[in-house]
Amino acid sequence: MSQNVEKINDHARLFHQPEYQELFARKREFENCHSPEEVQRVAEWTKSWDYREKNFAREALTVNPAKACQPLGAIFAAAGFEGTLPFVHGSQGCVAYFRTHLTRHFKEPFSAVSSSMTEDAAVFGGLKNMIEGLANSYTLYKPTMIALCTTCMAEVIGDDLGAFITTAKNEGAIPKEFPVPYAHTPSFVGSHITGYDNMLKGILTELGGEKTGSNGKWNFIPGFDTYVTNNRELDRILNLMDIPHTILADNSDSFDSPNEGEFVMYNGKTTLAEARDAVNAEGTISLQAYSTEKTRAFIQTDWGQPTQVLRPFGIRGTDAFLMKLSELTGKPIPRQLEIERGRAVDAMTDSQAWLHGKRFAIYGDPDLVLGLLAFTLEMGMEPVHIVVTNSNTTFEAEAKALLDSYPNGKEATVWGGKDLWHLRSLMFTEPVDLLIGNSYGKYLWRDTKTPLVRIGYPLFDRHHLHRYPTLGYQGAINLLNWIVNTVLDELDRQTIIPAKTDISFDLIR
Amino acid sequence: MTYTQDEKRQIIKEVLEAYPEKSRKKREKHLNVTEEGKSDCGVKSNIKSVPGVMTTRGCAYAGAKGVVWGPVKDMIHLSHGPVGCGYYSWSGRRNYYIGTTGVDTFGTMQFTSDFQERDIVFGGDKKLAKLIDELETLFPLSQGVTIESECPIGLIGDDIEAVAKKKSKQIGKPVVPVRCEGFRGVSQSLGHHIANDTVRDWVFSKSEKIPNEELGFTPSPYDVSVIGDYNIGGDAWSSRILLEEIGLRVISQFSGDGTLHEVMLSHRAKINLIHCYRSMNYLCRHMEEKYGIPWLEYNFFGPTEIARSLREIASRFDETIQAKAEEVIAKYQPQTDAVIAKYRPRLEGKRVMLMVGGLRPRHVIPAFRDLGMEVIGTGYEFGHGDDYQRTTHYTDPGTLIYDDVTAYEFEEFARKLKPDLIAAGIKEKYVFQKMALPFRQMHSWDYSGPYHGYDGFAIFARDMDLALNSPTWGLVNAPWKTA
Repeated sequence: MSQNVEKINDHARLFHQPEYQELFARKREFENCHSPEEVQRVAEWTKSWDYREKNFAREALTVNPAKACQPLGAIFAAAGFEGTLPFVHGSQGCVAYFRTHLTRHFKEPFSAVSSSMTEDAAVFGGLKNMIEGLANSYTLYKPTMIALCTTCMAEVIGDDLGAFITTAKNEGAIPKEFPVPYAHTPSFVGSHITGYDNMLKGILTELGGEKTGSNGKWNFIPGFDTYVTNNRELDRILNLMDIPHTILADNSDSFDSPNEGEFVMYNGKTTLAEARDAVNAEGTISLQAYSTEKTRAFIQTDWGQPTQVLRPFGIRGTDAFLMKLSELTGKPIPRQLEIERGRAVDAMTDSQAWLHGKRFAIYGDPDLVLGLLAFTLEMGMEPVHIVVTNSNTTFEAEAKALLDSYPNGKEATVWGGKDLWHLRSLMFTEPVDLLIGNSYGKYLWRDTKTPLVRIGYPLFDRHHLHRYPTLGYQGAINLLNWIVNTVLDELDRQTIIPAKTDISFDLIR
Repeated sequence: MTYTQDEKRQIIKEVLEAYPEKSRKKREKHLNVTEEGKSDCGVKSNIKSVPGVMTTRGCAYAGAKGVVWGPVKDMIHLSHGPVGCGYYSWSGRRNYYIGTTGVDTFGTMQFTSDFQERDIVFGGDKKLAKLIDELETLFPLSQGVTIESECPIGLIGDDIEAVAKKKSKQIGKPVVPVRCEGFRGVSQSLGHHIANDTVRDWVFSKSEKIPNEELGFTPSPYDVSVIGDYNIGGDAWSSRILLEEIGLRVISQFSGDGTLHEVMLSHRAKINLIHCYRSMNYLCRHMEEKYGIPWLEYNFFGPTEIARSLREIASRFDETIQAKAEEVIAKYQPQTDAVIAKYRPRLEGKRVMLMVGGLRPRHVIPAFRDLGMEVIGTGYEFGHGDDYQRTTHYTDPGTLIYDDVTAYEFEEFARKLKPDLIAAGIKEKYVFQKMALPFRQMHSWDYSGPYHGYDGFAIFARDMDLALNSPTWGLVNAPWKTA
């Protein structure tokens, strides 16, 4: 009997029972699989330099890329605004995927609609779907704003969002004054960070209020940062410094809302009034460069406002951030932040011995990787393989400059445009001690036995990591916690066999 | 809260009032209440979703790659087009398998042609041909390739069939073009059909000519194929074990944990046993017409249906098998009794609302009933008329039926009917949990499972109990607010 009601086994244990093991053996008869020797031989070969060369020679194939497509980033940005319903114009399957993906990461509901285009729309265009869709979503979901973006289908057939919105308004599907910002977000250009940029620019363009003189505030743009608690941390730091501010696209509550027995559909924190008034700010500070290029250009040229990119990650990154804020606003850096800095540095010095010289591979979005590199270099760690699928040459130059500024960064190679199957070859041929990246890295962990520190997006297989800030001094402590304790967990695992490896199974580390 | 049928009809009417008139008229055809003696649930289905409302439906690509072809573990399934579709469907469905991933097995990998603008402008056929060569170099043990086309492929007019033919000849393995662009059809359902047709045209058409000996296959009178079980959390295994125990020989699992070879064997069975009717009935019908193989739907959720199904399956074979079926049912009786004895008292009388995809909106109802629970509402994301006909067999009169239910309708129905448990998908999960309603994902078993078979039923019962009776639900309201 397979199940004991007092201890019901699910998949993780059930299939290791003898009756299932016998079943698997019987099934082999019909599978026509390769012999274990052959599988072993090829498996070993995939770890070789020869395989690495063949792997890096590929030009057409992408395997396990570390990037998603534009609309995901677009709706992520849209979710940061008050009462905003993301509306994706195109075939409906895409929205199902975006909603699923975001929901699985955040364990939060995510509302977005589609114009549900099918074959007829492919032939005649999606105008009819757009008009009907806008009327329905406006009436049913009562948004304050509908943020429109496209899928690759709508892009290939050439649907013109601007013209469609005008027509929809003229036909009375939605009121004329109702805000419908839009962004063209073809999936065959850029990645999710491009989509974030396009949508944020679209929203600011649409809302772009009148210039009435300075409101004395500073605008902040988080970028495609899934550690949404960073927005709260940023807000806290700015309040400590007494800097009046607006966080644009603040989706911290959209992806981390309380359970109070009610489902609240809209949780975007940036009000439309704040967004409209953003044009009157003293300046705009973006926490990410590569997900805000067009938005920053728009703010500079159309708003005539200075913009900066500052990444408050690690100690020096946060130092630079605070000093720059202080310089720009004339406000002093408060004692409390000095104390927090001291605590973070204290934690880092406490842990440095366990991380110094640790060789690691890392992958993720460009800005995320730069923030993490800044922190790990300060810890004395040695980055070796840096894989960024959605890379560009500016990023690569910036990363190189950062790496060159530390002696422990000199061995690193930035692999722009490469994927996680490339990384697999790198990790087999030039092994590292640690891997830092999102949940997809668990397959590399399995294959190469390199412990994985889960940081990035998506994180499907660990709970609540996104609820911790990663920016500022507090964020540095969280990053440190995740990295050093992964190293210590691994050390315990290596020293756990009684009478064999447990000589060093120490209580105190 | 219990309502009469008329009151439920009134609820439907009230919920529909929020729509603009045109959409209200469209949506009202998809909502109904079951009646005694009617042969179907009286709802329209398999119709284009209303634009601008939240549907849970996916697309043809999701049906073809994510459901039918994806679980065939020793082939490479290429997401052909831009990066997104492959990325979002990467490891999203827990189709368990045994194999060395990246060497002879590829189920949890993402292969894509990652279309860029130039590919849209100049076409992607050359890239596709080159890519298949690269796959051959890097993954020599793969048994073949399927090409799942994404939206742009059909729109720019790429001839993936020509590329597939040419490359298949060159590499000596099947290369199957699957025209499952997301804009085709009204949901993932058409993707199932399209994928079924490619199995027929690109695999069966060749494999039917290969003699048994060449495939190393010696037929027996007890050969069956398991069709339409995707091995979510190991479902196909906890099903297969029962079929083998009653003396049958499972020659093919198609497609959960399946191999290309098994696909090629499936039309050599004495009978096809189909679990997910919606996604694979097309192939069963084809095998019946072409090869004279009968097919039988079965349901391995909950002991009542498992026993009924085992008896029905056995009835297609000789007395030995029938006797063994009785033995197996008897063998598992104590296990089932123990599960019910433990969990039924905790679940008795609890009311459930369901909304899932292919077969579960009806198939799981008896499993809930075995635990003393009542399903008060059910519906399909992408069911067809025949699914709703089959549903009447499972539902009680007065059950609320909702086809392609929108998020708005589902939430409103839940607010009004106040079920004790909702069982649907990930997109719905946190909506209802925020409403303090216990929830289980019924696509993925909430990362648990298997739920099929007797072993699965024990897990199902445990999971429903842990969902419903978690003390966390009692924490939702702050005590100073409820006072």
